[in-house]
Amino acid sequence: MGNFLAVYSKEMRSYFVSPVAYVIAGVFLFLSGYLFRSILMQFNMICLQLGQRAQQMGGGMPALNLNEMVVTQFFAVMDFIWLLIVPMLTMRLYAEEKKTGTIELLMTSPISSVQVLLGKFFACFSLYAIIVSLTMVYFLILEAYGSPDWGPIFSGYLGYLFLGATFISVGILASALTENQIVAVLLSFGILLMFWLIDWSASFAGPTAAKILQYVSFIEHLEDFQRGVIDSRDVVFYLSFTFFCLFLTTRVIESRRWRR
Amino acid sequence: MIEVNELSKSYGEVVAVEGVSFAVGKGTILGFLGPNGAGKTTTMRMLTCYLPPSGGQATVAGFDVVEESMEVRKRIGYLPETPPLYLDMTVRAYLRFVARIKGVTGPQLNGRIDDTMEKTGIAHHQNTVISHLSKGYKQRVGLAQALVHSPDVLILDEPTVGLDPKQIIEIREVIKGLAGDHTVILSTHILPEVSMTCEKIVIINGGRIAGEGTPESLIAQLKEGEVLRASIGGPGQEVLSMIRAMDGVIDVAVESGGEEDGVFIITSTPGTDVRDSLARQIVDGGYALRELRGLDMTLEDIFLRLTTEEVKA
Repeated sequence: MGNFLAVYSKEMRSYFVSPVAYVIAGVFLFLSGYLFRSILMQFNMICLQLGQRAQQMGGGMPALNLNEMVVTQFFAVMDFIWLLIVPMLTMRLYAEEKKTGTIELLMTSPISSVQVLLGKFFACFSLYAIIVSLTMVYFLILEAYGSPDWGPIFSGYLGYLFLGATFISVGILASALTENQIVAVLLSFGILLMFWLIDWSASFAGPTAAKILQYVSFIEHLEDFQRGVIDSRDVVFYLSFTFFCLFLTTRVIESRRWRR
Repeated sequence: MIEVNELSKSYGEVVAVEGVSFAVGKGTILGFLGPNGAGKTTTMRMLTCYLPPSGGQATVAGFDVVEESMEVRKRIGYLPETPPLYLDMTVRAYLRFVARIKGVTGPQLNGRIDDTMEKTGIAHHQNTVISHLSKGYKQRVGLAQALVHSPDVLILDEPTVGLDPKQIIEIREVIKGLAGDHTVILSTHILPEVSMTCEKIVIINGGRIAGEGTPESLIAQLKEGEVLRASIGGPGQEVLSMIRAMDGVIDVAVESGGEEDGVFIITSTPGTDVRDSLARQIVDGGYALRELRGLDMTLEDIFLRLTTEEVKA
């Protein structure tokens, strides 16, 4: 536990003493804020148009669902931004240690590679969770002027935590495979995009293959959360994906010890 | 404290270390000497559990480096060739992190950090970010990192590289001060460093051990004979043939000189002293004896002999 905390606090410190955390949080919040504003303006326009039409033609105003038209829309675009941002958070975790030789310190200290890995994973996950939770402000603004249904918002955020853990584990695995941070970023982009778009090919595949392809897609499982459904199958999917990548990472790191 | 038995390591086809064996007793400083690329770093990495050996065994404090690596790692401090520094941390925060992952906890932690910084002379830089330090200070922080948990065994890979002469002397003093409580292995290709700090030397070349022992025993072992340097006034050729004819003389070389004066390097069989008879003959022959002294073999000679040619059986 002590070792885990030592690594965790070292990684957290390293995010916050360098500009990394601030720049990533800043860029992300700017982009997502801009998108949220655009979605909101669009919704506003639709409301206005429908209101005018109702006045001209008579008849009532159709019921517009704030969750469907704003919240779900916003979630759908934010997913993709995370796919671009998370590899930047994870790229240095192992690659830099390998490049500067500090991995030699970790490997020759009485600390297991699992403790190191968990320290790094949870530090990155905490930073991710902090940035994600900052976007909750947008929904508070929504609450001030309308009445969104908070259930799907909360479950959507829960989905983000699971999705984030999965993204981070993929990024860490990529970082452990190389000492070059650019390679680590590209590798994690590649893997994440692949699993993002994999259900596309489901439409051309046979029935069994289609089911498998749909199952391993990141998006499929996220949609449930964003509709307000917390399904244990989705939770199991994200958690097992995360564990698998973290397990592979320990194997990659440990391989130095058994490659004779 | 450290026992190494037929240790080997190959990277694919390339053999880096082959059949290396040596032992280091508690509290001694062992110098690991060899030209660049001889296998010093590889051997040290195997001792610190960073690389697994391809063959053979090594134990540190009675624990096998492969089977009981955690126990070994608790007991060693290691300074790799490039100090493993997190450049964005301050000196103190860095040492704190290292001490924690080395298992120093609770009330001892701050005391250990202060002691180590005092010993390595970096206390006044404790709040400086490491990337702002000079190379010499970075090296000291690297040494502090290896010392912070007060390990039984210290393994230092070229600890004085890149330091200025004053810093080198300081670091050597620190290392010398560690003997007794700590067992130290240090590698270097700088010869005076070994003769000044180490009690025992292992010379390694091409992945194999080329010589082992105290500096004195290595010299005795490799001496081909007693060497004298004589400056003699008189006709060069005559003097040369006279010395050649003497009992016990193996070889004579002319260092300088010509017709009237000459300086000769005389090698005689080990254990014989030809100085007295040489002096008598020179005086009897009517020449002038200006200087006569014995030459000691230096560590430099041993090193060159061991690493540039095959060791004579």
